[in-house]
Amino acid sequence: MIWQVVLGLWMAAVVIASFLYVPPAVGLGELGRIIIYHVPAAWIAVLAYLMAMVNSITYLRNGDVRLDRQAKINNELGTVFCILATITGAIWSKASWGMYWNWDPRQTSIAVLLLIYAAYFVLRGAISDTDRRARLAAVYSVLAFITVPFLVFIVPRVYASLHPDYIGRGKMQIDGRMLRVFLASLAGFTGLYAWLYRIQARLETLLYRMQIKREA
Amino acid sequence: MGSGNSVNIKNLCKSYGYRKLFAGLNITVPDKSVLVVLGHNGAGKSTLLRIISGLVPATSGRVEVVLGGRVLSASERRMRMGLVSPDLELYAELTALENLEFFAGVRGIPFSREAAGELLESVGLKGRGRDYVGTYSSGMKQRLKFAYALLHDPYFLVLDEPTSNLDEQGIAMVDGVIRRQREKGIVILATNEPREVSYADQTVSLA
Amino acid sequence: MPTRLSAWLKAGIPVLQKDLRVEFRTRYAYSALVMFAVTTLVTVSFSIGGATLEVDIAASLLWIILFFSAMAGLSRSFVQEEEAGTVVALKLAADPEPVYFGKLFFNVVLLFSLAALVVPLFLVLLNLTVAMPLYFLLVVAMGCLGLAGVTTILAAIVSKAGAKGSLLTVLAFPVLLPLLIGAINATRSALAGVPAAYLRPDLNLLFFYNGIAVIASLLLFEYVWNE
Repeated sequence: MIWQVVLGLWMAAVVIASFLYVPPAVGLGELGRIIIYHVPAAWIAVLAYLMAMVNSITYLRNGDVRLDRQAKINNELGTVFCILATITGAIWSKASWGMYWNWDPRQTSIAVLLLIYAAYFVLRGAISDTDRRARLAAVYSVLAFITVPFLVFIVPRVYASLHPDYIGRGKMQIDGRMLRVFLASLAGFTGLYAWLYRIQARLETLLYRMQIKREA
Repeated sequence: MGSGNSVNIKNLCKSYGYRKLFAGLNITVPDKSVLVVLGHNGAGKSTLLRIISGLVPATSGRVEVVLGGRVLSASERRMRMGLVSPDLELYAELTALENLEFFAGVRGIPFSREAAGELLESVGLKGRGRDYVGTYSSGMKQRLKFAYALLHDPYFLVLDEPTSNLDEQGIAMVDGVIRRQREKGIVILATNEPREVSYADQTVSLA
Repeated sequence: MPTRLSAWLKAGIPVLQKDLRVEFRTRYAYSALVMFAVTTLVTVSFSIGGATLEVDIAASLLWIILFFSAMAGLSRSFVQEEEAGTVVALKLAADPEPVYFGKLFFNVVLLFSLAALVVPLFLVLLNLTVAMPLYFLLVVAMGCLGLAGVTTILAAIVSKAGAKGSLLTVLAFPVLLPLLIGAINATRSALAGVPAAYLRPDLNLLFFYNGIAVIASLLLFEYVWNE
């Protein structure tokens, strides 16, 4: 209980600080504040998808049904945060390039990412046998994740993107206050993810037990 | 196991989804013997046979197929096991000989038309080797499944309702196959026919 | 691993021969592929009349045709095994990897023979000239390899999922998109003619995508094939 309260206060503080404490960013102006939400959301999406792939591979190796549930939850959470990153990205795009969507390679890649995981849930929905569903969904999850590096790193590099990309491209001037709030937001989002994950895991376990009871 | 050849079923459980089919099954089939699996429809006879042949994984527990004192790997098990089962089908677009040639090819064993012709003759399909399997009657298909199962001279023969669709001569053919296999290996048979139960060295009944 | 790989490839050949033989007798998959490709091509050609398409659009059109043809025909070999019940006999006789290679080769043969028919037709009907013919062939070949490579394992998944209608397309499209983006871009360059150095990134993308797709499929196929 105490953790939820701390997390709630923490996130509230991040929101307030992002508007009042952080100065306008160099070059981006007031718009720069969106980094505090956009980047952590994208980070959590990648983290959750990565966890889902680890769950899937482990499931294929040892066949523990709990891992299938974990993979499903991680893919769901990954998709939620991916949608958040898409929306914040579109807002940013509207403000700086004049339109919400312009098929910039970075936007293309995130749209495809969403499609991949939509397909994952379609596949789950198409199979009724639980063991078979777990197995095939795990295989698809791994296959799908393998295309992620192509989408996230290679396609935007090969085809010029307007998306600011600071990783490995020299240093950027970041205001100290901005950096502090950004890191706090990153920690907050990660905490939020962990909390959502635990709730979902409990819910899925209860549903599973209920199903067993009903069938028995 | 003196001879070092056996099938050991150890604490085997299988459930489909949330439904338990059987649990805690322990059976040892010694060398040169016949195990008959009994049980009403839906009791899990076919599933047990599929687990033994390595087609379906067990929920828990395991089946060890031992040859020469060594537990076979999945790949070795495929090479040493023959299966006849109602849900196994051969290629309707190929002739009987082409089917046998294909299965010899994927198993990596030599194939000769003469040997395959003799095999077909032994299951009562003499002179029908060049016909498409699609044109076969259900009894002839059942006979061809025996040719498929015996093609690689398996040590372990797994038969699920082996006499279904067969006439008197067909049943006599199956009779001969089981007798010969019992001399040189292990037979596992699922059936409800009283006549086939009489082959049993031991029986197991799935409730 | 290398010794096993050659054994798998060798054992995959009978599977390929069997599938080719069955396909030659029924022509089910090939006619699905060809019918789809030719109808689309003729419809487009007819509707634009004598006009020449821009290179960008022509390149996309070629890959749209190849992609949807692949979706129409390439799942057939797995679905057929599953529906006819021959999958049990095959599973009992063969290790998973030779089956994967056999089906992969079969799909590559199917797609190449489709391309051999459709690409000349595409160039003639749409009145296109190819500035860099060798690169163009290379790009088509690599794109088809990638299409077959990814579709083979997805077809196996779909056949186990009950082969429901458009499931293959839904699963394949997002996974194949990096390949399609690269192939379309390279086709456009090869049609229009650019300095060879400009083609390098696209060809690299196709090469690595194909390599990774086949290796990953090979490692994962066992889990799809054995239940």
